[in-house]
Amino acid sequence: MPEEPQNIVVCRCEEVELEEIREWIDKGYDTFDELKRVLRVGMGPCQGRGCRDIILREISRRTGTPIAEIPCGTFRPPVKAIKVKVAAKGGDR
Amino acid sequence: MEWQKTADAVVIGGGMMGTCTAYHLAKLGMKNVVLVEKKTVASGATGRCGAAFRAQWGSRLNIEMGKRCIDKFEHMQEETGMDIGLYQNGYLMIGYTEKEVEIFRESVALQNSMGVPSRMIDHDEARAICPGINVDDALGFSYYERDGQADPFLCNIAHQEAAKRLGVKFQKFTEVTGLKVAGGRIKGVVTSRGEIDAPVVVSAAGAWNRHIGDMAGIDFPVVGERHEALITEAVDFDVCPTMLMSFVGDYYIQQRPNGTIIAGCGPNAYTKADHDPEVMGNSWGFLERTAQVLLKVLPRTRNIGITHQWSGMYDLTPDLQPCIGETDEIKGLWLNVSGCRGFMFGAVAGELVAQMIIRGSSDLDISDFHWRRYAQGKKFKDLMVV
Ligand SMILES: Cc1cc2nc3c(=O)[nH]c(=O)nc-3n(C[C@H](O)[C@H](O)[C@H](O)COP(=O)(O)OP(=O)(O)OC[C@H]3O[C@@H](n4cnc5c(N)ncnc54)[C@H](O)[C@@H]3O)c2cc1C
Repeated sequence: MPEEPQNIVVCRCEEVELEEIREWIDKGYDTFDELKRVLRVGMGPCQGRGCRDIILREISRRTGTPIAEIPCGTFRPPVKAIKVKVAAKGGDR
Repeated sequence: MEWQKTADAVVIGGGMMGTCTAYHLAKLGMKNVVLVEKKTVASGATGRCGAAFRAQWGSRLNIEMGKRCIDKFEHMQEETGMDIGLYQNGYLMIGYTEKEVEIFRESVALQNSMGVPSRMIDHDEARAICPGINVDDALGFSYYERDGQADPFLCNIAHQEAAKRLGVKFQKFTEVTGLKVAGGRIKGVVTSRGEIDAPVVVSAAGAWNRHIGDMAGIDFPVVGERHEALITEAVDFDVCPTMLMSFVGDYYIQQRPNGTIIAGCGPNAYTKADHDPEVMGNSWGFLERTAQVLLKVLPRTRNIGITHQWSGMYDLTPDLQPCIGETDEIKGLWLNVSGCRGFMFGAVAGELVAQMIIRGSSDLDISDFHWRRYAQGKKFKDLMVV
């Protein structure tokens, strides 16, 4: 088997590497939201669109839990960033 | 995590109040401490809060607690071995009425007399501390530069990791469903995963403490109240160099060290989404109102993108002050609830409760925080509250 490359960035918004994710899963942080709280994965503007599946797969692989049984974490509004002046009641007067 | 049927103490709730209590019990030498958490550490209010701390309070005991908590945050990395995202950028309190400014003035005098060098400042200095701020309609300000903020997840998790190293067992996804009581003494807890016998049980379930009291027929005077918050994309570090708060204006605004800006207000400033106030959820009305505040107080935030909004449960008590101590009715059963400031008070309150449990007394007398004051017709008075 070829060696896995080092320093694979999984969460690009918060620049979190696979190695760190594995370390914290092994410390018992084996749900998406726990990893989010300790490493900020999924807390950036994309809310985990890029990394959630990779992380859930990694949790499943290291804990032996089927992927469908791992809580997949919370999604928060707004779906896309909205400017302060647009959100403000009465607009930018 | 392996299940154990007995413990020296069980702590209910893995927020800042519970996790710090468990940590300090173990640090003071208790061997067999178990913390039971319905979900996971930092999933409650602690992981949803603004994460500010301050010594700018209006009563002796709160100022003393505030001083001690600043000290705790300044040493938390050493104490726990983990970076906690400490950022001390000072709290600027903004007053909009004569009455509010008078409260600031009296509080600053009391703070100064207790060794907290906070001060009243004028409009020009407020504008110098936070360039670009619009305070034309404000009447006065108080400021203390050692007030600050930290990462609430990391503070909570740092205490979990430090507690684990001292032997504390954390049972996550485990809900306490009953209390075991006999002969006026606590005997343990019943949970969704089994029972644990213990001579000491500390209820640190934040906004949900009332339900724990109910399990033993005791009135824990706590109700949950949903508070919402929002966060922006990361922007230039100096958009909001200090933390801003106004009680009358009903808002707080603070920039995190990663450049994002957090803002929020109380639940009565906007039209709430139409669902149970004890259930989490987000309101469009909150987004509109808070964006409006940002636009007014910090006009240069106009083009900044709001990326998320969320909500959390305030642990509301009748006088908005802590309720801490052993119950008079059931020996060994303790309540440790902050009255809406559990992030900042957690480490100090946890240590004091652990001292009282282990040594029978604590090095700061916090008996005024016991909720038997309500039965005596008293309230704890401090007007520097949200
Ligand atoms: C938007 C917002 C902003 C805030 N800003 C600040 C601030 O700037 N500074 C500050 O100091 N405070 C702030 N607060 C208040 C602060 O968050 C809370 O006072 C504090 O987090 C309470 O801590 P806690 O440990 O008591 O409760 P929590 O953190 O809520 O923890 C209680 C835990 O108990 C668990 N639990 C409940 N019932 C059971 C059960 N039956 N069995 C097992 N476990 C159970 C829950 O799952 C939860 O994890 C804010 C709150 C909100 C919502």
